[in-house]
Amino acid sequence: MMLRPLACRARTPLLLVGAALAVVGCRREERRFRESPPATTPSAVRVSALQPGTMADTSHMPNPYESSAYAQSEGQRLFGWYNCAGCHANGGGGMGPPLMDDEWIYGSSPENIYNTIIQGRPNGMPSFAGKIPSPQIWQLVTYVRSLSGLTPMSGRSARTEHMNFYQGAQSMQGAQTPKNSFRPPASEFP
Amino acid sequence: MSVAREQVECLHHSLIILLCLAARGYAFRDDARNGRFRALIFTHPMTLRMSYERRFRVPFRFLLLVTLAACTREDVASRAREPAAPALPASGTPRATVTLDAEDGQWTRAAKSLSGIRYSQLAQITADNVRNLRPVWTFSTSVLRGHEEAPLVVNNTMYILTPYPNLLYALDLTKGDSAPTKWMYNPKPQSEAQGVACCDVVNRGPVFANGSIIFNTLDNHVIAVDAATGAEKWNTKVGEINNGETMTMSPLVVKNMVLVGNSGGEMGVRGWLKALDLGSGSVRWTAYSTGPDSEVLIGARFKPHYPKDRGKDLGVSTWTGAQWKIGGGTVWGWISYDPTLNLVYYGTANPGPWNPDQRPGDNKWTSSIFARDPDTGEAVWAYQMSPHDLHDYDGVNENLLIDVPWKGQTRHVLIHPDRNGYVYMMDRATGEVLSAEPFVHITTTHGVDLANGMLRYEPSKHGRVGEVVRDICPASPGGKDWQPSSFSPRTGLVYLPHQNLCQDSEGLEANYIAGTPYVGMNVVMTAGPGGNRGELTAWDPAAGRAAWKLTEDLPVWSGTLATAGDVVFYGTMDGWFKAVDARTGAKLWQYKTGSGIIGQPMTYRGPDGKQYVAIMSGVGGWAGAIVAGNLDPRDSTAALGMVAAMKDLPSKTTKGGTLYVFALP
Ligand code: HEC
Repeated sequence: MMLRPLACRARTPLLLVGAALAVVGCRREERRFRESPPATTPSAVRVSALQPGTMADTSHMPNPYESSAYAQSEGQRLFGWYNCAGCHANGGGGMGPPLMDDEWIYGSSPENIYNTIIQGRPNGMPSFAGKIPSPQIWQLVTYVRSLSGLTPMSGRSARTEHMNFYQGAQSMQGAQTPKNSFRPPASEFP
Repeated sequence: MSVAREQVECLHHSLIILLCLAARGYAFRDDARNGRFRALIFTHPMTLRMSYERRFRVPFRFLLLVTLAACTREDVASRAREPAAPALPASGTPRATVTLDAEDGQWTRAAKSLSGIRYSQLAQITADNVRNLRPVWTFSTSVLRGHEEAPLVVNNTMYILTPYPNLLYALDLTKGDSAPTKWMYNPKPQSEAQGVACCDVVNRGPVFANGSIIFNTLDNHVIAVDAATGAEKWNTKVGEINNGETMTMSPLVVKNMVLVGNSGGEMGVRGWLKALDLGSGSVRWTAYSTGPDSEVLIGARFKPHYPKDRGKDLGVSTWTGAQWKIGGGTVWGWISYDPTLNLVYYGTANPGPWNPDQRPGDNKWTSSIFARDPDTGEAVWAYQMSPHDLHDYDGVNENLLIDVPWKGQTRHVLIHPDRNGYVYMMDRATGEVLSAEPFVHITTTHGVDLANGMLRYEPSKHGRVGEVVRDICPASPGGKDWQPSSFSPRTGLVYLPHQNLCQDSEGLEANYIAGTPYVGMNVVMTAGPGGNRGELTAWDPAAGRAAWKLTEDLPVWSGTLATAGDVVFYGTMDGWFKAVDARTGAKLWQYKTGSGIIGQPMTYRGPDGKQYVAIMSGVGGWAGAIVAGNLDPRDSTAALGMVAAMKDLPSKTTKGGTLYVFALP
């Protein structure tokens, strides 16, 4: 029973892939170490796309941390720390709605999510105004948007898989799910 | 399935797993030094040339042993607990019984009787004719969340209370099957309350007393409305959503007092039971579940049966610091009442947070049963089922007050099927545990020591922060959750609707922020042994074991109803409403309703003298949260880990609340 290693032949392509990975890996993100907290807070955020007459303003206020891997992993930590995870689980929802899908009640743009966290929402989203400093809210926004793949790929952190013991299960502490614009049929999740 | 066949299948599976690994690029090589085949080496393509491939070397003999062992391992424990064959108390064998009130054909409280047994003496619908049962009218509640409530029937009027927004409908039964709405009362609860309700925005039903329908709203109002007109009589706010409190339980009226308790054990809420004056709604007394004796209403009359439950201010000293103030022990389950002893019985919920490392001590009086004098609220005895609970085993399940022949005597007992997986039979005068027998597969404990009342924990299931503990059975919703059982004095059996779930969990540090979850546990649930997620168990309390069991694919999250026609009714989460033979469990009839059933079946005599059976259809609750809340199955921890076990539910049912009423032709 002398089985030849199945993958021996794959050695050369593998090296190429490795080299390619190394190049891509180096381009991850530029990390700025002295991050000055964004002073800006969004104002006049619309939670309805319906504007009578001509559309006045469709520009979005950018999230200063949108592509920062550090902001995102901080956001992930804060998502646990401020008990967001208690209501939204690791993105799949519970007492609050899921945040990893592409359905948004109050808007998915950074300033919309920022305001959702600050103002609270009438069906049970608490208002965290005065409880979370603005830079941390932007970090949370980055993380929340990453759950449904709205942030650039380069900023996303690795999946942690230690509790991923059932097929189809997401990691427990840091579900990092690529954008999935449709809800896969349940049959795919035995 | 025979054991031999199981083994062959298991070996077959192992082979498939090895093949799958091969297909994914893992290579298996034999380590053929000395010319003998001794081991398999697993190598991933990436690691082929690396020196640490030795780590993947698995001695062949070991592999063989493990595979064989895994394939021969049989769930001896769980199997031993299953009854061999349907066994009924032979005629002449003493069986459990109960003293019944005269049958009035009504249903005035969720459990029908103060003894909490959900038994009707109506016998037009029998095991012989139930197959002819058909729906006669339906009613849409206009609410999409989980309908756990029991409808009431009083004076030819049916009362239906919906989940949030807690609409109360009165339907006129005297107008035939059209049952028009007499009035509707809308309490307009605060919408924000929805965010702090741990497990869907359910309500378990109203109660009728003294010409009023009394109920709780999700935002903590207890409201009495005139049963005839729907006019509000009084409205008392007893809790605060900003502390995470909500109310979901069905009140009980005893001696001109309305007994109500709070929900929020996942939100750092301090549990209480309050008695409100039936006439005015003013609070007469409050009995907290944690804290000093003066606030738990423990005084001179308090005589617990076991030394472990005796001592001063245990509600403080079994905690660290002021943790008892946010320690849970909420009162969201069932209350029953024994008028002879003048005692009410109810259980308290889990301690908070779930993460046990953050609350050293026994955490009294969480996961306990209290017996109290309703006149003063004073505790007469208490018993803690799960001291220092590790797995969210609330003690709030129903207590059925029945009489059981036990060792040659008739004992007035309380039957309590607990989340921890045991059916407790206790002397309801003293709190002595007469027996505590498992009704589900249990890995977390090894029984109850009847000498001292202690639950024997399995140390390996005590997780620490950052540690994943696997194969915790039963899972957090317990062997059985809130869904109430029924008892038939004709068969002497208790009909337990329950689930069969296990889980893996990981402790996390919980951070207390008022009004937000205080849990500290990542949980992922799965079906227990056998793969079926639900069961209906007919429990023989006199024998301390199951007489028969029916398995269901989905958790049986509905209550059960037993009738003098020897029929037991229950519903399934994919919408089937079922009738089975109370003696044997034989399936007699079923009807597919529009949505999954998690409600409480009831029966009544209509103005035409006919017997009707009614059930709310409308999936939700903790088990149905994936459908009711549109949760995302890609996250197994969603809904506190329940979603992992219920991923297929969206393909089996959709949401929507409807009442179904059935009758014989
Ligand atoms: C007490 C439970 C609870 C907590 C804690 C909580 N949320 Fe929510 N959240 C909700 C509920 C309920 C909603 C839905 C509100 C509505 O529909 O009006 C919601 C809505 C949201 C939305 C809007 C979703 C959409 O579809 O528009 C976002 C974003 C969000 N939460 C993020 C957070 C973040 C970030 C935190 C932590 C800082 C947090 N939540 C904490 C319950 C909670």
